[in-house]
Amino acid sequence: MSSNTVDTSKVATSNSTAAVATKPSRIGAAATWADERLGLAAMGKKNLRKVFPDHWSFMLGEIALWSFVVLLLSGVFLTLWFTPSMSEITYQGSYDQLRGIMMSEAMASTLNISFDVRGGLLLRQMHHWSAMLFIASMMIHLMRVFFTGAHRKPRELNWVIGCLLLILGTLEGFTGYSLPDDLLSGTGVRAADGFIKSIPIVGTYVSFFLFGGEFPGEAIIPRLFTIHVLLIPGLLLALIAAHMLLLVYHKHTQWPGPGRTEENVVGYPMLPVYAAKAGGFFFIVFGVTALMGGLLTINPVWKYGPYDPTKVTAGSQPDWYMGWPDGALRIMPGWESHFWGSTWSWNVFLPIIVLPGLLFTVLLLLPFIESWVTGDKREHHLLQRPRNAPTRTATMAALISLYGLFWAAGGNDIIAIELGLSINQITYFMRAAVFIVPVIVFLVTRRWCIALQRHDNEMLLHGYETGVIMRSPEGGYSEKHLPVDGAKAYAMTVRDRSAAELSPAVTQDVNGVPAPRGKLAGLRERVRTLYYADDADKPTLAELEEAHHHAEHEHELQAALDGHSADGHQFDGHHSVEGEPLRGDH
Amino acid sequence: MRLLNRSAGRLSRHRRGPVAGVVLLLLGLVLTGGLYAAFSPASSADQAQSQEQTVAEGRKLFLVGCAFCHGTNGEGVTDVDGNLYGPSLVGVGAAAVDFQMGTGRMPLARPGQQAPEKKAVYDQDEIDAIAAYVASLGPGPAIPTEADYSTEGLSEEERQAAIVRGGQIFLTNCTACHNFTGSGGAMPRGGYAPAVINTDPKHIYEAMLTGPQSMDVFSNGNITPEMKRDVIAYIQSMREEPGHGGFGLGSLGPVSEGLFAWVLGLGTLVGFAVWIAAHTTRSSKKKETAA
Amino acid sequence: MSSVDETPHEPLNAKTDALLPDPGLAPHAWRPTDVDAKAEKRAERQVATLFGLSAVFTVLFVVAYFAIDSGVDGDTFIGLGASNLALGTTLGLALLLIGVGVIQWARKLMADHEIVELRHPATSSAEDRAVTVAALNAGLEESGIGRRPLVRNSLLGAVTLLAAPAVVLLRDLGPLPGEVVGEYEGAGLEHTVWKKGMRVVRDVVGTPIKASDVEIGDLFNAEPEAIFPTEENGLPELHGAQMQVAKSKAAIVLLRMDPDDYIPGKGRENWDVDGIVAYSKICTHVGCPISLNERTTHHLLCPCHQSTFDLADSGRVVFGPAGRHLPQLPLAVDAEGYLIAQSDFTEPVGPSYWERNMKDIGEQGEGDL
Repeated sequence: MSSNTVDTSKVATSNSTAAVATKPSRIGAAATWADERLGLAAMGKKNLRKVFPDHWSFMLGEIALWSFVVLLLSGVFLTLWFTPSMSEITYQGSYDQLRGIMMSEAMASTLNISFDVRGGLLLRQMHHWSAMLFIASMMIHLMRVFFTGAHRKPRELNWVIGCLLLILGTLEGFTGYSLPDDLLSGTGVRAADGFIKSIPIVGTYVSFFLFGGEFPGEAIIPRLFTIHVLLIPGLLLALIAAHMLLLVYHKHTQWPGPGRTEENVVGYPMLPVYAAKAGGFFFIVFGVTALMGGLLTINPVWKYGPYDPTKVTAGSQPDWYMGWPDGALRIMPGWESHFWGSTWSWNVFLPIIVLPGLLFTVLLLLPFIESWVTGDKREHHLLQRPRNAPTRTATMAALISLYGLFWAAGGNDIIAIELGLSINQITYFMRAAVFIVPVIVFLVTRRWCIALQRHDNEMLLHGYETGVIMRSPEGGYSEKHLPVDGAKAYAMTVRDRSAAELSPAVTQDVNGVPAPRGKLAGLRERVRTLYYADDADKPTLAELEEAHHHAEHEHELQAALDGHSADGHQFDGHHSVEGEPLRGDH
Repeated sequence: MRLLNRSAGRLSRHRRGPVAGVVLLLLGLVLTGGLYAAFSPASSADQAQSQEQTVAEGRKLFLVGCAFCHGTNGEGVTDVDGNLYGPSLVGVGAAAVDFQMGTGRMPLARPGQQAPEKKAVYDQDEIDAIAAYVASLGPGPAIPTEADYSTEGLSEEERQAAIVRGGQIFLTNCTACHNFTGSGGAMPRGGYAPAVINTDPKHIYEAMLTGPQSMDVFSNGNITPEMKRDVIAYIQSMREEPGHGGFGLGSLGPVSEGLFAWVLGLGTLVGFAVWIAAHTTRSSKKKETAA
Repeated sequence: MSSVDETPHEPLNAKTDALLPDPGLAPHAWRPTDVDAKAEKRAERQVATLFGLSAVFTVLFVVAYFAIDSGVDGDTFIGLGASNLALGTTLGLALLLIGVGVIQWARKLMADHEIVELRHPATSSAEDRAVTVAALNAGLEESGIGRRPLVRNSLLGAVTLLAAPAVVLLRDLGPLPGEVVGEYEGAGLEHTVWKKGMRVVRDVVGTPIKASDVEIGDLFNAEPEAIFPTEENGLPELHGAQMQVAKSKAAIVLLRMDPDDYIPGKGRENWDVDGIVAYSKICTHVGCPISLNERTTHHLLCPCHQSTFDLADSGRVVFGPAGRHLPQLPLAVDAEGYLIAQSDFTEPVGPSYWERNMKDIGEQGEGDL
């Protein structure tokens, strides 16, 4: 490890053993053999001891990665027995309640995997559970990235790749959900046919091409199968590879703290600690998925029975990740127009085609919108606490609340029965709530962040509350405040000073040429003002010193009265109090 | 390995597990109730009652417990605004009475949109008496006997075919409201279709015959008695079915699955992530060889 | 030897105001396992035990695979499928214990010095950029792509046109909506297998329904007899996709309501048989089959998206996202007293599509619940 600008005295040397091997080992020989052909050493030199910072929230994306590996492994297993065909056969397998029923080969082979292949049901359930975990972990990873500002330059493109992974993961999930051809999945495909038909002008044609004729036809399952096992996994693999390469190239972001700056990355080396932790985590994700597959029933296709376009069940829902557009669909009023001999199904087209497209576009553009508003074009490698970007945090909170409301609307029948409410009332409530609640959530989150910022400033200036109540000679009581310790105070103050100062309005470009004041410039200025409005700026150095002077002065006065003893930190749980007497010796 | 219950054959398996305690408790309660009923004067006296006596007995009970809402002659009661308060019972038949009272839906604890199932207030003899009285008001479906819904007497093959056919009839006619596992579903304006998976076969039969509350009627002209028997056989086979894939998560479909994926699955994994990144304990000692 | 760190980089355009002086990394604190040989041994044993336990569970997995009967008639344990339960638990624990062991190894025994690596801006050096741009320009210049617009434009045109085969090749994914009409009975979005005189039969069993079988309050899930061809009705057998297509459009719900409750639509005065009415079972929203009927209100609810239709009033939408009423099937009775259709549906069933050229009947709304 060489370094030229940071304080190297604090850089720990990389552990005891020297890199020089004392005697030629078998591993060494193998490495030489490989290097002579592949030139791996050049890459290994850079990456084997690559540093990754350690924080639990940095491992959320890893859950997604390992779930994907579990998906690939269990998926390959399933393809060994699954028959992606809609040819009708009479079921003669071991599940009594369906024996003799006509069904597609897809459904029959799914039942075969579930009951006649030992361990098949386990793998099927693991595949389904890991699919749910895959998408769920991508979502919380996305939230972590956005809340901490890790999407900022130079990582915008990795954000875009991540969003594409989320979309593809969702589509992959939907195609997989449709493959068994059971009653629930067939109902889902039928609804999808309705969605497609709602697209103006081309919808009917797309539907006929996709299904190879009229719904349901005989083509959809083989086609979805190809998409599910070849096309989308290929794209996912490629994008995951790109996502990881960019992660390695940019190096991971880190939280600010002593010795952790914009210029460096502090953490554990790839080999051995990070590799062990990541590798161990893979086994944990795999193990948890296996436990879920063994203990929790998921999608019991044998109870749904084969798809039959005349049957339906209460509680017909898509998997959770498709729940939110389904919720939008449920609460949409039944608007349909007829012009010039054609039908425009706004009631389907808007919530299921336009809305997801719109929201995904907004999601993709978030980093670009943010940097356009703030005018901040610097690179950022230190993370921000969510409170220090109130408008951004509030924006994501509002989006999450919107998602949550649509999601809840997608389960309105289950909510109605579990909580004893009326579907109709839930629907009316949701129609208003999706417009009102995100606004409220935005405002509340923003004010909450600002309050937390102010609280931080209070702590920096006047110390933290120790919980120690002091009684003055006059009989008055006051709580003792103590200054925040050095490392913490440092970490808290590593943050951009407010807006106007750090990303001044762009009035001229880098060469000093006044920027043309486009139509958008005025709008941008207004948005920018709102973006930073009411942000509580961190204190200035002068304020900090002034406050500390004041505190020290007070402390001296008190110490004199007190016989210089317990200053209060003995009770606050922030310090070790070993060997410190409560009172000085008198 | 002997913890495992090796099955003797289809349909003879029984669930064992945490519910066993509850079942035992319920069994105890039922036994106690039964003993009480056996020794209470009202029922011991009915042993040799004639039909007429039963109707008379039923009328007495009816006047005390039912007439307030349904009228002294079962003609129904409307309130001052002309809204129906209690429907007429003329022609609903004994089956309707047996269902409504046997499942505890009647008498209502309080007026409401839907009568919830609860512990039966009357014992079976009293219900039979009231049913006999109501049946005397006008012709209606009678209480089915065990022979109507039992698959006893069918050969194994016939019984198997009955279950398969019953499953198809169930999935066509019942699951839309009662869910694919019979665990119930939501209906408009706060209504709900109750769970049927643990309902007594006789009550399932009666519900189909009479269409209680807002349920449709599945008369014998609609679903023949044989088809009804098949549906019941299917529901019973589902009840005896072990959880092949593990715990059922309420059998509500993807909503509860999603909830478990987030709360249990992701919650556990995030918990592990926190543990992995957490700092281990530190020692105040220094390593001698350390630089 | 040139290391990556020594190649010239652009200055990192990253500056976050730090306010206070950086106290620098905290001095390394040792773990008990670093300084205490006993603790180290203990940790070593702990990790090895985890790996050992994992191996035990793997062996148990193999044992469970062969020893426990799986499948429908397999062994059960507390009412759960024993095979799946045992396989999942043993595999899960075997994997989990390896993971926990490796991580415990990393946490307790691997060197845990934090190390520092420097960052460089994502951008390449100015020099590299200049060379690349120069190379690019040289390449473009030598190709003459700028100087020869004729070659360039004709190439662009030719390559763009190559999209055509890709699109054209997809043409045979399926027939056009109009092409299927008449190909087989009931083909096309505007037709179903219903036709004049076709008997209404019970779903699943396929027996015809006599008007006298239907009581007030009864709800039948019914089909056209074309779905259940028998020797008696002499209808052709439907197979595969044709059967599925037929079912997906022809399913109906048939019910009898109190004639006082029923308000026939305009021109539909003779579509019922003594209060027996039939409606398409396919929701006009996105096509789920619907049969959640409330007998007392004649409201039919869709379990997919909760559209609610009033069957006493021409199947009008009373709630939910559906845009159109439910199509009604005109009924009649044949000489033997069986229910028959007067004709096919008078409008396309199922979800709307762009070419659908028909307005909804009358006004609709959610007002009167």
